[in-house]
Amino acid sequence: MTEPVHRTLGMTDEEYESVVRVLDRTPEPAELAMYSVMWSEHCSYKSSRAWLGRFPTEAPWVVVGPGENAGVVDLGDGWLAALRIESHNHPSFVEPYQGAATGVGGILRDIFTMGARPIAVWDPIRFGSLDQPRNRYLLKGVVAGIAGYGNAVGVPTLGGEIEFADCYSGNPLVNVMALGILEREQLVLSAASGEGNVAVLLGAATGRDGIGGASILASASFDEGSGAKRPSVQIGDPFEEKKLIEACLELYERGLVVGIQDLGAAGISCATSECAANGGMGMDVDLDTVHLREHGMTPGEILMSESQERMLAIVRPEDVAEVLALAEKWEVDASSIGTVTPGGALRVFQDGALVAEVPAASLSEDAPRYERPRERPAWLDAVWADAPDVPDQVDVAGALRSLLDDPALGDRSWIYEQYDHQLFLNTVVGPGNDGSLLRIKGTEKGLAVSTDGDGLRCRLDPRRGGARIVWEAALNVAVTGARPYAVVDNLNFGNPEKPEVMWQFVEVVEGMSQACEALGVPVIGGNVSFYNETGGVDIHPTPVVGMLGFCDPMPPRAPRLDRAEEGMDVWLVGPEHLDDFAGSAFARVVLGNEGGRPHDADAEAGSTVIAHAIQLAGWSPVLHDVSAGGVAVALAEICIRSGVGAVVEAADWRELLCESPHRFLAVLPPEADPSDLSPIRRIATMGGAAIDFGRYGALPLTEATEIWRNALPRRLA
Amino acid sequence: MKVRVSITRKAGLSDPEGVETHRALHDLGYDEVGDVHFGRIITVEVAGKDAAEVQARVEEMCERLLANPVIEDYAVEVLG
Amino acid sequence: MTIAVVVFPGTNCEHDVVHALGVLGVSADLAWHRETDLAGASGVVLPGGFAHGDYLRTGAIARFSPVMTEVARLAEAGCPVLGICNGFQILCEAGLLPGALVANRDLRFVCRPIHVRVESTDSVLTAAATVGDVLRIPLNSYEGNYVAPAADVAALEEAGRVMLRYCDPSGAVTDPANPNGSMNAIAGIANAAGNVAGLMPHPERASEEILGSTDGRVLLESFVAAATAIPAGR
Repeated sequence: MTEPVHRTLGMTDEEYESVVRVLDRTPEPAELAMYSVMWSEHCSYKSSRAWLGRFPTEAPWVVVGPGENAGVVDLGDGWLAALRIESHNHPSFVEPYQGAATGVGGILRDIFTMGARPIAVWDPIRFGSLDQPRNRYLLKGVVAGIAGYGNAVGVPTLGGEIEFADCYSGNPLVNVMALGILEREQLVLSAASGEGNVAVLLGAATGRDGIGGASILASASFDEGSGAKRPSVQIGDPFEEKKLIEACLELYERGLVVGIQDLGAAGISCATSECAANGGMGMDVDLDTVHLREHGMTPGEILMSESQERMLAIVRPEDVAEVLALAEKWEVDASSIGTVTPGGALRVFQDGALVAEVPAASLSEDAPRYERPRERPAWLDAVWADAPDVPDQVDVAGALRSLLDDPALGDRSWIYEQYDHQLFLNTVVGPGNDGSLLRIKGTEKGLAVSTDGDGLRCRLDPRRGGARIVWEAALNVAVTGARPYAVVDNLNFGNPEKPEVMWQFVEVVEGMSQACEALGVPVIGGNVSFYNETGGVDIHPTPVVGMLGFCDPMPPRAPRLDRAEEGMDVWLVGPEHLDDFAGSAFARVVLGNEGGRPHDADAEAGSTVIAHAIQLAGWSPVLHDVSAGGVAVALAEICIRSGVGAVVEAADWRELLCESPHRFLAVLPPEADPSDLSPIRRIATMGGAAIDFGRYGALPLTEATEIWRNALPRRLA
Repeated sequence: MKVRVSITRKAGLSDPEGVETHRALHDLGYDEVGDVHFGRIITVEVAGKDAAEVQARVEEMCERLLANPVIEDYAVEVLG
Repeated sequence: MTIAVVVFPGTNCEHDVVHALGVLGVSADLAWHRETDLAGASGVVLPGGFAHGDYLRTGAIARFSPVMTEVARLAEAGCPVLGICNGFQILCEAGLLPGALVANRDLRFVCRPIHVRVESTDSVLTAAATVGDVLRIPLNSYEGNYVAPAADVAALEEAGRVMLRYCDPSGAVTDPANPNGSMNAIAGIANAAGNVAGLMPHPERASEEILGSTDGRVLLESFVAAATAIPAGR
């Protein structure tokens, strides 16, 4: 007996019954194809939606919150910023170059769909150990894909972050975030209003590539045979996208677009149904007018194709000719494929025959929602009990040697120097620092951005880990002088059908929400990536935060890591918990321990420290967040980047290697006295040719530099 | 007619892809490998009946666009 | 006086060049690649990017864009023409400058500040600089590796047409300081008349203190001075 078609499309029997109920009949093949993709986990958020409402999403400066293609905030004086984060984990495992490349393409479309010009991209990425050739191949391929697409499309990539852990070996995480800016009158939404308006498909031809790609790949677990899914990976064309960006921005400038939607997962089905549903309308779509790359495509294939670099614009009938002419100027293909209709039905025709007729809103609104069972993992108590066994005395210089050689803590310039990170002349603080800082030319305004995740700490305590990454990201933008302004999140998790994974998910959402509330920062968008498991092993719960900071005016000379000079004092700002070693780099790298329970964030201390950082950023040469590797690594990075040593006065080695949250280093001229910014104390003086920890040893600066620079490249050679 | 154009870097000019691939092949134990040269293959479909005429036209295309005569050699093969 | 900044589909540094020229107080207009008349311009810049996607070969298709006939005419007439990065690649493909640019020695895209030494001031790119000056300017390319037949390189050197050479911060030309494997560490060259010049680094990215360096200004100022000296409307 053959399996029913809906199951081969990843749909459960119950979900199929729901489709029959919605339509009040058996679905046609094209209709079933549409529902199967639109109701997939990737498109419908069916396992997570019940919990995402927990996030605080409101603030006076929020212009567009979650649910649209990108979140939008107000920067004053008519300026808006658009921010969005996405994951391309599964496609990148199957084909790292194209998976990562099309991730960049997709996130850029989300930004310019809102009317914004994309001005920067960040890529937080995670892999298994580089000891394995497969992981080296994946890292090189992903970085080359990001560089190959991002550089050619002409949007700078300002970095991101990188982590390594065995759990990512079978399932790398490739997240991508993009930022855009626009003037208020150019904001466009994805609503198809106005009966008789025309839907114009712009961009690349539609082929069989990526049919069900994103949604099917990202909605089921992986197995050894995943290579066979390669044909469903999409191929990116950055040149087509560049032309599409310029064409769309000119369409907005000339006021020719009523609404617009990019074609991503589920292609034409998703774009037409969302536009229609958002406008409370219906749409008639004629598949004969779709420019095809291949002959003989079925209606289902055309509707589900995930061919890249396509947009659907809703245009008034009298403007169609001008829109087509403008597309021709930019050498972009365009054709009218549909008409907005009253009544809410999405009707699809091929060769004059009706091949699908569904209520447009049902594809999104009637999607199933699950409140899946949750259960605290039984193994967690044992993990907490396995806390790092911290010795009485430690050779800090020796520990620092090991830490600087860790590929996640060493120099990342091997990666970011492959990215154009300067285009548009906005990059005031670039990669290699805590947060990026971009100027908005012609204003005094600055936008700071940081991406942060911490899979291990979130495994040890998802609620505390979730809160801590939000606080860390906030501090990372604060040290550039910006106040935390808005958050987007990418929630990478294992299989949600496992109660332990759902428990982790809900705990992370709670922890992040509490931190955002304490900071007064709204969540303006996000993405959920489930089924990150291979061979039954789930990844660490790995939420990634994208924090947008805003300053107006920018500091006259924003702090950077390379501005410390001989004779300057190093101050440690923030509270200390000398026993906070669970999930620390010292425990992982030096002690070989990944257990224990990390401390929680402290909202009051965190807010005070962020205020101090913003104040100090106005005049400090160097501010640097203390995170992985503690004070020792933070100080070493300043020394290496500035080319000057330091003499440290530490009473206890633990204050150099513990990782309690809400701390940063400030390097200040010797005459400065910031002691009113409590809790603060002076811990070192810049100078000499070593990073000198007194009785805890000294590491020559040349050696530290050599180790740090080679940590990543030597593992990739 | 289907025409195959093979384009290779002129001998003596730097060919980083070739050098890198040579190194990788040796790493894999193929010690017998000597020089490796990279190039491109372009297939062009040309309307025409006379193979010699088509050959000449495509060679002209190579000179003008398909190859860079400063750094590249090309070979044109009419497949019929 | 106005300068034409040519935009091919896929060009992406056009606004940066206009901005940097604006910082110097010079106005510039964008010229779409289908334009055939730039007679109103006193100078032409071919900015960086990926013209026509860099498909086939970098610069290969751009060379046949309609605007290039006009660029060649102006070059012949003595008008200052500057190619930056992809623009340099296009000028080489078009035969307005000798040689070609191929993949970097390490086969990786390189985006970082590098140092170049001024080798000659006989061009619209370097006239305002001093021989021996060391400039810190961002490089941003995958195909920045300058190659040409040995005889052509020798002729360039002989004629003093190498304008910029990669070097270390002290000005020494060393192999590690050569970021992409270019022959003779060549970073920038000019034609025999000195009015057509190309370079791989991006001077427009080093023209404001807030972005980390102002070393690129002297090159843009040289170009602007040459353009100012030329009457428009030829």
